[in-house]
Amino acid sequence: MGEERQRRRTLLHRLDVRGAPYAFVAPFFIVFAAFSFYPLIYTSWISLHRVELSTLNLMEWVGFDNYTALWDDDRFWNALLNTFTIGVLSTVPQLLMALGLAHLLNYQLRGSTFFRVAALTPYATSVGAAALVFTMLFERDFGMINWVLSLVGVDNIDWENNKWAAQTAISSIVIWRWTGYNALLYLAAMQAIPRDRYEAAAIDGASRWQQFLKVTVPGIRSTIVFTIVLSTIGATQLFGEPLIFGQGPNGITGGADNQYQTLGLLLYEEGWKNYQMGRAATVAWAMFLLLILVFVVQRIVKRVLTRRT
Amino acid sequence: MDKFRSKLRTRVVAAVSVASALGLVVGCGGSDGGTGGGKKDGKVTITMGLFGVMGFKETGLLDKYMKEHPNVVIKADVAGDEQTYYTALQTHLAAGSGLKDIQGIEIGRAKELSDTQKDKFVDLAGVAGTDHFLPWKQSQVTAADKKVIGLGTDIGPMAVCYRKDLFEQAGLPTDRDEVAKLWEGDWSKYVEAGKRFKQDSKDDKVAFMDSSSGLFNAMIYGNSQQFYDKQGKLIYATNPVVKDAWKLASEAATSDLTAKLRQFQPGWDPGLANSTFASTVCPAWMLAHISEKAGPKNKGKWDVAKAPKGANWGGSFLGVMEKSPVKKEAQDLVAWLTAPEQQAYLFEKIGNFPSSQTALEMPEVVNAKSDYFSGAPIGKIFGAAAQEIPDEQVLGRKDGTIKDIFSQGLTLIEAQNKSPNAAWKTTDERIEKAAG
Repeated sequence: MGEERQRRRTLLHRLDVRGAPYAFVAPFFIVFAAFSFYPLIYTSWISLHRVELSTLNLMEWVGFDNYTALWDDDRFWNALLNTFTIGVLSTVPQLLMALGLAHLLNYQLRGSTFFRVAALTPYATSVGAAALVFTMLFERDFGMINWVLSLVGVDNIDWENNKWAAQTAISSIVIWRWTGYNALLYLAAMQAIPRDRYEAAAIDGASRWQQFLKVTVPGIRSTIVFTIVLSTIGATQLFGEPLIFGQGPNGITGGADNQYQTLGLLLYEEGWKNYQMGRAATVAWAMFLLLILVFVVQRIVKRVLTRRT
Repeated sequence: MDKFRSKLRTRVVAAVSVASALGLVVGCGGSDGGTGGGKKDGKVTITMGLFGVMGFKETGLLDKYMKEHPNVVIKADVAGDEQTYYTALQTHLAAGSGLKDIQGIEIGRAKELSDTQKDKFVDLAGVAGTDHFLPWKQSQVTAADKKVIGLGTDIGPMAVCYRKDLFEQAGLPTDRDEVAKLWEGDWSKYVEAGKRFKQDSKDDKVAFMDSSSGLFNAMIYGNSQQFYDKQGKLIYATNPVVKDAWKLASEAATSDLTAKLRQFQPGWDPGLANSTFASTVCPAWMLAHISEKAGPKNKGKWDVAKAPKGANWGGSFLGVMEKSPVKKEAQDLVAWLTAPEQQAYLFEKIGNFPSSQTALEMPEVVNAKSDYFSGAPIGKIFGAAAQEIPDEQVLGRKDGTIKDIFSQGLTLIEAQNKSPNAAWKTTDERIEKAAG
């Protein structure tokens, strides 16, 4: 009897040791399967059909027609290009400004906590609120930005209908929201750089600017790469800012001439304006494949570069 | 002590930042599951999803109903923009959650809903005391099998709203009868008047009209067939009505007669408040919006003149969801809200024109005047326009979407300097993608 109990205990113990880790990681993977993997598979299934949002139960098999149609669709290439240009317009200045801001915050400042919290406040603002306020600022006839510009003699700019103006305006929303966030990431990395490097550099006669270039930037290189990856993903998925910037029907199509339609908006237009879920799913998959492509290209470039050095 | 203070300060900063972050996040919450309504402790809760200024909430009608029915609580969500509202409604219908007990239906969506979603709506055909509507109004939400998915609220007979002071400075008449004579019988005379206005206006910052799409809408909605024929086939590309409207609207756009605004979009409201345009084609329901946005300082400067041709733009319905746990109570509420008395009341209060034949004959409608619009006899003007609306109005599934695409096509001409031909081509391709 005692032996039996002993055996059962060992079994339970072994089950505990072997099984518990799986039990602990299970919630994540169950959630992942339900909310990421299943939708992904279902999306790919839908993308092979002609199906409307209002009649999701009626699906007509069309094979890869949606994909070939997308390839031939000007709107897709236009959206791809816009996603890229808005991405560059927003990411590059954003990260440069964040780097500068972090450098300034890294000095001994009075009330540094206040500045750090302040830097993070835009990030805590909802996309909707930020985009709405910016839309008003950029309004053609009575917006504040045109008013300020008129003081220096610049004519009213039609921020929405001019392609580059619209893309700049949307980028400025993104920049405003994310600069502080990236700055804090940089700041955290900068504080991990040993002080004595700066002291040594100072003894060697390096100016502040040289210290920044030769000590700070190399010291936080991995963080910079991390923020670039994050911003790229963010830029690919850009959606809320242009949608609200245009408002109403124009937001969904990214302007009357699709002048600031991103891939995210194209997906939304197909799915929630034209109600063609098959085509929307195709756009979603195209975006997914694009990200994979970017990732692969980046790996190849990296490999080639390391081999060369 | 110093240390303590600095710690306290950090905490205060942290607390303030958390609080402000929360404050910004609040307002993004939503509800889902069921339709939100239900019965509890003898109280009946009815939820409503509405858009624009339908007036039920704004004029206190819902409060009045609750006062008369102490056991009823009504919760109404009002979305400002119909496009946003309808997109959400479609998503909710497809997902089967997030719906309200009562949902507003705009006319541009009526056909699509009664074609594809009628199972999700309660049949309102037999509801007692609802045989007072204009016949064409009710036929718009009647499915092929005679199921009625909604009851009519307002209709949108059209007139032209104009600014007397701005007309005067450009040497145009200001009296509403004379103004109406300017363009009697033909919309192209309206554009001609615009050219005169532009030429003689003392203030070149003021445009004659707000947008060319308003004119386009007015022209096509005066006909029984617009984008679709009776068989549900798309005919916009060959329909002379659409062609003519496009031609005239793009003429207005290329002649620089418009303020290049989009109605109900950013810029339009400040345009009303700051008087950047002198006229707008206005369905009855727009009066409320104009008087609200143009504000008290422009009171008495606006007036209403008869349009060249009667047309109907818009109008809405209220439908009850099949899933609602309080179907009976919701139906009672809908019947009450759309009853002649309430329609007449809404017209008096905010200018939403009744779709009820009975209400149309009530003296408070016939004799109604608008204080804000220089005492214009809006009951008579819009009533006469309503009589000119064709008895049969052929709706199509994607009417709403097509209307939006045409508006954007005109924006291409107006604000992006495309040629009318190029803009038509783009518009045609877009409609093909959206509705073909």
